[in-house]
Amino acid sequence: MFVSEKRTNKDMEIQFPVLQVVNKDGKLVDESYKNEITEDLVRTFYRQLVCMRTLDRKAKNLQRQGRLGTYPPFEGQEAAQVGSALALDEDDWMFPTYRDHAASITFGKSYSILSSWNGRVEGNLPPEGKKILPPSVPIATQLPLATGAAMAAKFKGSKQAAIAYFGDGATSEGDFHEGLNFASVYQAPVVFFNQNNGYAISLPISKQMNSKTIAQKSIAYEITGVRLDGNDIFVVYFETKKALERARNGEGPTLIEAITWRYGAHTTADDPTKYRDQKESEKRRENDPISRLESFMKRNGYWDDAWIQKVHDEAIEEIEAAVRAMETMPPPDVNDIYDYIFETPTWTIREQKEQYMKHLRGEE
Amino acid sequence: MLTATKTKELTLIQAINDGMRTVLREKDEVIILGEDVGKNGGVFRATDGLQQEFGEKRVFDTPLSEAGIIGTSIGMAMNGLLPIAEIQFLGFIYPAYEQIMTHATRMRYRSKGIFTVPLVIRAPYGAGVHAPEIHSDSVEALFTHMPGIKVVCPSTPYDAKGLLISAVEDPDPVLFLESLRSYRSVRGEVPEEKYTIEIGKGKKVREGEDVTIISWGAMMPVAMKAAEEAEKGGVTCDVIDLRTLYPIDKDIIAESVQKTGRCVIVHEAHATGGLGNDIISIINDTSFLYMKAPIERVTGADVHVPFWALENHYLPTPARVQKAIHNVINF
Ligand SMILES: Cc1ncc(C[n+]2csc(CCOP(=O)(O)OP(=O)(O)O)c2C)c(N)n1
Ligand SMILES: [Mg+2]
Repeated sequence: MFVSEKRTNKDMEIQFPVLQVVNKDGKLVDESYKNEITEDLVRTFYRQLVCMRTLDRKAKNLQRQGRLGTYPPFEGQEAAQVGSALALDEDDWMFPTYRDHAASITFGKSYSILSSWNGRVEGNLPPEGKKILPPSVPIATQLPLATGAAMAAKFKGSKQAAIAYFGDGATSEGDFHEGLNFASVYQAPVVFFNQNNGYAISLPISKQMNSKTIAQKSIAYEITGVRLDGNDIFVVYFETKKALERARNGEGPTLIEAITWRYGAHTTADDPTKYRDQKESEKRRENDPISRLESFMKRNGYWDDAWIQKVHDEAIEEIEAAVRAMETMPPPDVNDIYDYIFETPTWTIREQKEQYMKHLRGEE
Repeated sequence: MLTATKTKELTLIQAINDGMRTVLREKDEVIILGEDVGKNGGVFRATDGLQQEFGEKRVFDTPLSEAGIIGTSIGMAMNGLLPIAEIQFLGFIYPAYEQIMTHATRMRYRSKGIFTVPLVIRAPYGAGVHAPEIHSDSVEALFTHMPGIKVVCPSTPYDAKGLLISAVEDPDPVLFLESLRSYRSVRGEVPEEKYTIEIGKGKKVREGEDVTIISWGAMMPVAMKAAEEAEKGGVTCDVIDLRTLYPIDKDIIAESVQKTGRCVIVHEAHATGGLGNDIISIINDTSFLYMKAPIERVTGADVHVPFWALENHYLPTPARVQKAIHNVINF
C-alpha cells in the first residue's frame, strides 16, 4: 500500500559491490585466486554442481509422478550452496533451510534427505558426528541457533564455526536481526549466508525491503558484509572461506549476500506464473552457474569430454540408487511419534501411546 | 438473520473469499494484509482476485514478518482501520504471539477502552494434507487461553462467510481459524448477500438421543461420520459444531448433555491443555448430575504433529470416535 518512491541512493551498491572471480562468460576476472584454482578444485565443483542439479530435477519429476510430496526446488542456486558448503571444515555446524539440500548434501548429508518430502523424519538425520541440522522450515529461526552454536564453540575454545543459510525474505523477520546482533555483541564465529534469489514466494525483493542490498544490513551490527555473485562458485567458495577464517581468528561474524535466482516455482505447490513472467525467469539461464563453470573449464583447459560424460553418468546412477533406497525404506515406525518428545516419556504420552497401540492392534 | 435470498454453492475457501469481498465492498476501512495475499491471492488463494478488485492500497503484500504483520495491524486498528491480517499457516504465528498476547488482547483494558483493536487474524490450521513440518499445527488452545481475544472456527462455507463478517464487525480482536483440509473438500450453499452469524453460538448439526458429540472445524466431518456409523448400530447422536471456541456456547452443550447424559469431545489439538478440558468443565458446572458416563475425549496426543508419513496416526478418526461412543454407552 504505502510503498514510497524508491530512493535512488547508489551508495550502498558502491560500498558493497558484487564480487566476482569468474564472470558470466567463464573468464577469470580476479587474478588473486589464480594459484588456488587447481584441477582438483574445479573438478570437485563441477561434479558436485552436476550431482545437485540432477538430484533437484529428479525430485521435481518424482513429485510430478506422485512419488514425492511437495518439494522446494533449488535449480539455479547450486553454486551458492555447493561453494559455501565446500568452504566449511569437517567439524563446523550447518543450519540449512528447506531449500538448501545442495548445501547439506555437499557437507555430508546423504541423499535420503529427499525422504523428508515424503513425510519421513529419517530424511532429517545427519551422518554420525556431522553437525548438519534438520532443514529449518519456520523462516529465519535458525539464525539465532547458529549464533548460539558459534558462541558455544568460542566458549569452549574450539575452532568450530557455524554457517546459517537463509533467503532474502528471511531478513524481514526479527530472528534475523536478533541473530546478527548477538553474533556481533559476542563476536561469535558464525557466517550468515544469504541466498538472495529475488523472491520470497511471490514477493519480489523490491517489496520485501527498501534497501538496495542485503549486505548493507551488516553495517547496523558493525560486522563484515560481503555482496557477491552467487552463481560464481569460485567467489562463493573463496569469500566463504575467508569469512570462516576471520570467524575462527576471533574477528567476528560475516553477512554474505549471494545474489542468485530460482528458475522454478517456490515449491511444487506454487504457480509462479501468478506473480512473475516465467519466460523472463528462464532468460536468467544466461547466467547459469553450471554453464559458467563449463565456459571457464573450456577456456582454461579443464574440459575433457570423457570425464564430463562420466560425471553426468555417475550422477544419474548415484541418484537413481538413492531413489531406489528411498522407495525401499522400511515403513515408518509409529512408535517414533511418541518416543522422541522427551528422553523419558511423561505419563500422558505413555498412556496415550499405550491406548493408541491397543487401538491399532484392534484390541478392546 | 436470513431471508429468502439467492445462494451459490461454494467451497469453504470460496466462502471466506466471498466474506472478505463483502466487507471490503461495504467499508472503506477494511484492509487485507499478509504474506503473498496480494498479487498471488494467497498461497491457498483465499484472497484471490481481491487486490485486482480493491487495489494495492487495500489489499497488500507485507514483508515476511508475522510480528510485523500483527504489530502494525494493531496500530492500524487503533487508528481507525479494520485490518484482516492473514498468517500463512497457524504454525507460523508464533513470532506474532507476543504482539497478540501483550498488545492486541490488552489494549482495551490498559487504556480503559480509549484504544481498541478491532482486528481479525485469519490462519489456516490442521493436518491431513501431507504438508511439510510445522504447517499442520492445531494450536487453538494457545489462544483460547488468552484473555481478550475471541476465537472462531467454522466448518462450513455458510458459517465461514457469516462468522467472518461478524469477526470484522466485532469491536475486539478475533482469531479466525480455517481448516485447510476442508478448504476445497467442504462445499455448501452460501447466500450471495451479506449476513452475520453471532460469535459465541454453536450449532446442532445432527439430532439424536443417546450421545452428544462436540467438535469443530476440521474434525466435524470425522464426528459426523462416526455419528452415522453409530446410528447403524442403533445409537443416535446429537452432534454439536461449536463454531466459536472462545467464548464457548455453554447453553447448547448443557441442553444437549442434559438430554443424552453422555458426551464425546473430538479435537485435533493435543490433549493436555486442549479445549476439551474446558468443555468438560462446562459440563461439570452445568450438568454434573445428568451424566451417566465419564466424558470421553478423542484428541491428538501430547506430541508434535508427526511428519506426514505418520500424520494419520495422530489425527482422530471416525473409528476412534466410534470407540469413544461405545465406551460412553457401555460404561
Ligand atoms: C515464520 C514463517 N512464516 C511464513 C512461512 C511460509 N513461507 C515459507 S517459505 C517463505 C518465503 C521465504 O522466502 P526467502 O526467505 O526468500 O527464501 P526462499 O524460499 O526464497 O529460499 C514463506 C513466506 C514460513 N515458512 N515461516
Ligand atoms: Mg528468496
